[in-house]
Amino acid sequence: MTNSDANIAERASRKAQRKTTPVYLRTVWAIVWKDLAAELRSRELISSMLVFAILVIFIFNFALELDARARFNVTSGVLWVTFAFAGTLGLNRSMAMEKDRGCLDGLLLAPVDRSAIFLGKALSNLFFMLIVEAIVLPVYSLLYNINLLHPGLIAVVLLGSVGYVTVGTLLSSMAVQTRTRDVLLPILLFPIVLPLFIAAVKVSAGFLQGLDMSEIWPWLNLIIVFDLIFSAVAIMVFDYVVEE
Amino acid sequence: MEAKPRLLTILDGVTVVMLIIATGMVFFYAPVEAVMGLVQKVFYFHVAAGWVGMLSFLVAAGAGIAYLWKGNRKWDVVGMASVELGLVFAFINVVTGSIWARPIWNAWWTWDPRLTTATIMLLIYAAYLMLRSGIEDPDRRARFGAIYAILGFLSVPLTFLSARLFRGIHPVVIGSNQPGAEGQFDMTALMLQTFLFSLLTFTIIFIDLLWHRIRLGRLQDRIEQMKLELNL
Amino acid sequence: MIEVRRLTKRFGLKTVLKDLDFHVQAGEFVALLGPNGAGKTTFLRILASLSRPAMGEIRIAGFRLPQQATAIRHILGVVSHQPLLYGDLTAEENLHFYGKMYGIDLPEKRIREVLDLVGLSLRSRDLVRTFSRGMQQRLAIGRAVLHDPEVMLLDEPHTGLDQDASIMLDGVLREVAARGRTVVMTSHDLARAADLASRFDVISRGKIVASAGRAEMSAERLPVFYREAISETGGRAAASPDHSIHRVQV
Repeated sequence: MTNSDANIAERASRKAQRKTTPVYLRTVWAIVWKDLAAELRSRELISSMLVFAILVIFIFNFALELDARARFNVTSGVLWVTFAFAGTLGLNRSMAMEKDRGCLDGLLLAPVDRSAIFLGKALSNLFFMLIVEAIVLPVYSLLYNINLLHPGLIAVVLLGSVGYVTVGTLLSSMAVQTRTRDVLLPILLFPIVLPLFIAAVKVSAGFLQGLDMSEIWPWLNLIIVFDLIFSAVAIMVFDYVVEE
Repeated sequence: MEAKPRLLTILDGVTVVMLIIATGMVFFYAPVEAVMGLVQKVFYFHVAAGWVGMLSFLVAAGAGIAYLWKGNRKWDVVGMASVELGLVFAFINVVTGSIWARPIWNAWWTWDPRLTTATIMLLIYAAYLMLRSGIEDPDRRARFGAIYAILGFLSVPLTFLSARLFRGIHPVVIGSNQPGAEGQFDMTALMLQTFLFSLLTFTIIFIDLLWHRIRLGRLQDRIEQMKLELNL
Repeated sequence: MIEVRRLTKRFGLKTVLKDLDFHVQAGEFVALLGPNGAGKTTFLRILASLSRPAMGEIRIAGFRLPQQATAIRHILGVVSHQPLLYGDLTAEENLHFYGKMYGIDLPEKRIREVLDLVGLSLRSRDLVRTFSRGMQQRLAIGRAVLHDPEVMLLDEPHTGLDQDASIMLDGVLREVAARGRTVVMTSHDLARAADLASRFDVISRGKIVASAGRAEMSAERLPVFYREAISETGGRAAASPDHSIHRVQV
């Protein structure tokens, strides 16, 4: 190597070392910011989730003849089915956006930890999901004259969404890399999140019916355990989803 | 061409003999159950098939972890083989269960936690196969299969737990004639021996078939390799 | 700057790259030539840390791949087949986002410079989804040079570019090379490669089969050199690397 070559090599290695630890949270936030900015522009994701959610509720209304008594028993079930269906729509769209112009490669080329990419995507998916839920809950309350804005119910919606979105983000990043793409996501996702789903329905119903906390706690624990296990595993295996 | 290992041939023989003995024991050795009658005999193979269904889930998840860790293709073949077998045995489990349930519960199906869990297991196996069939790149197929097997393995016990809890709060779903509970309480020594032998037999069948399937996977790889070499 | 030893890559059972050796000095501009399916894109993806090799040793600026991938990613700029841009963000926002991902100081100033460089200043606030293929490619180049990378990897960068954009790209690449940066570029376009590169490597059937420096090469000599390199390795010989001329199966 000539002297100038050595200089260049040295400069390169200095440059690489200087910046080896970009601020982790700033990366996560950059990804969330990017997703929100894009969504604010197109409004495709949230609007399609919302319209779909309202449609599902209307279909249930006629399919189940939600009279006053039935409504009381099935409300939590209807809500969670609505969230789950609308959720797959959002998850698919959010990942398709990364695949469209090869953006996922763009993220992977950046000198950031893979788990930061996963967290960023999961957080923006969670955000979209919560926005839809924050609109659906009052609308449902209004339509059926039930007060759904119970603090316990809001807590379980939050906890349930965390688990759902964590597994959903992981599986949608897999589904988007297959031939069948978006068709595959619900088939992969629903059997895995079933326990979370059952528990979320039970807890919500418990709060709505004013059950004693001692009857609700086992289910709430199940949700928390699910969230913890699957967040940990998702972060661990995400590397294998994106790295060839 | 890789010759069939001697041990595998022996295992084939042992499997066939054991299956004949197990069938014989079920029909001639174990006594007819007093209340349920002949249909109770389904129970021996039913539980054994269910056990193998779960065992293959464990093997698939284990192979998944091994694949992600080591990146060796042979673990992918093991995982795939295990899921295929698990699908068949879980299906046998559900069908034999229905045959038994019809006269005893007076329904082909109830939402019992075991039934629910067995069916979800079937659905996860099916989803696994659909996931794989949608991916061309063999490495990616193996990685995604491994991940999904692990996720499924973690989720199924939680499903069982939640289905159990579900029943606990609504005790009216079915009566106390639980299949497992009843079988266990009333089992005579002869029944127990037959039951344990069936479990062992099915485990051996599983190992034998798994071995065959892995060997098949390896031969497929070999053919693929030969084709590639010819093309070059 | 780039050292690759005995690199092997398989897709399943198929070996795509076999015992490939590749060395690039700092400041070199290497044109990687070869027929379709020779493994160019795969090789570039491995250098870009997007794909893991089955075997072999790779060092870039002294860092090992894949163990020290993060350090290497800081100094790599990549232009791939796809633009790697978000359609629902403006040109400016796209660069802003990637700027954050690379931890760039003074992003606003740098973004303006880059937009000027690729000739998109006037459309900086338009959504990328409204851009033509050529304009997206311009911005993709801007994205790749945003963090002033030491090593640039380009996969067929001229594909889909109109005359103006091609000239712009050549200008950017010359300027990058003049500042002592290292460039590896795959290409089908021998004339463009002859124009830009300081070294020409031919890759065929997963190996580098020939290499020649600028001094021994001219625009007229290059096609001959290329054809000989390909046909010497047997198998598929390309009549010409150009898409327009059909390939002969030997």
